[in-house]
Amino acid sequence: MPDLKELVVGKLRDRFADEFESSNEYRGELTVIVKKSAIRSVCQFLRDDAELRFDSLRDVCGVDYYRPEDRFEVVYNLYSIPQNFRLRIKVRVDESDLHVDSVTPVFSTADWEERETYDMYGIIFDGHPDLRRIYMPEDFEHFPLRKDFPLMGIPGSLALPRK
Amino acid sequence: MGLEQESFFTTKLDDIIGWARKNSLWPMPMGISCCAIEMMAFAGPRTDVSRFGSEAFRFSPRQSDLMIVAGTVTYKMSHVVRKIYDQMPDPKWVIAMGACTSSGGMYRSYSVVQGIDLFLPVDVYVAGCPPRPDNLLRGLMEVQAKIARGEKPGQKEKIYIQEHA
Repeated sequence: MPDLKELVVGKLRDRFADEFESSNEYRGELTVIVKKSAIRSVCQFLRDDAELRFDSLRDVCGVDYYRPEDRFEVVYNLYSIPQNFRLRIKVRVDESDLHVDSVTPVFSTADWEERETYDMYGIIFDGHPDLRRIYMPEDFEHFPLRKDFPLMGIPGSLALPRK
Repeated sequence: MGLEQESFFTTKLDDIIGWARKNSLWPMPMGISCCAIEMMAFAGPRTDVSRFGSEAFRFSPRQSDLMIVAGTVTYKMSHVVRKIYDQMPDPKWVIAMGACTSSGGMYRSYSVVQGIDLFLPVDVYVAGCPPRPDNLLRGLMEVQAKIARGEKPGQKEKIYIQEHA
């Protein structure tokens, strides 16, 4: 059996020559960074490729690195059940442009996970069928997992019932 | 002696009503996280709350007069808890069960209410994470004692049940 890691990286390099940024392996976990414009087509390709068949999106989450450029990352964890192989894809998102293409049309399970990422980080998923907050009340105005959000919250931002 | 011969005894109406109330407290199980498991054990055969007349857990607030808030209350959930409390008929009592409910517990966080007494009148606080069922039983007995003393709900001094050593 050919090495799946080389196969995955090679296929992605060939197919997405302009959008492929880097790949690295740490403790047996393969991570690929692509440009955010390509995320939906990368997911589509990985899902539909007859050899790879990444048929399961296990998680979508965000990261706030709190740095001047490319402040946020969105992380997609894919799993190929036929190949028993995991792949992590990351896209970088700058604070000036918080839009990322939704992968919900490719993996319907991304629906709530993208809503969570929107709720916590304010990243907007274009093409999502119903991008609302999922944990916080709908009239909440902040994004609590951002590094500049205080741990105990902003006083008055969440209402309590009258006593 | 007089009781045996005359077949009656005299008391105050408030006392007899209080006696009936304290021995038939029907809990509203507001089980919103892990404390609810211990609350179930509290109703189960080992602790057996039916000895105290509180085995009838009512899932309708209209039929309950004791709310046991068992679990972490988030700001989003606090409106639901308050609404259910408001739907319970008077007189009604509240037990804050466990660390999260009483003070936010380990959740020093933007999303968790730092103690339900910020929006509810609490009668008894039960310590523990979660409290043992027998400790919750002690909390219930304290509520009963309050009723027997003729106290109004949500008033007088609060009662704090310590954890067992």
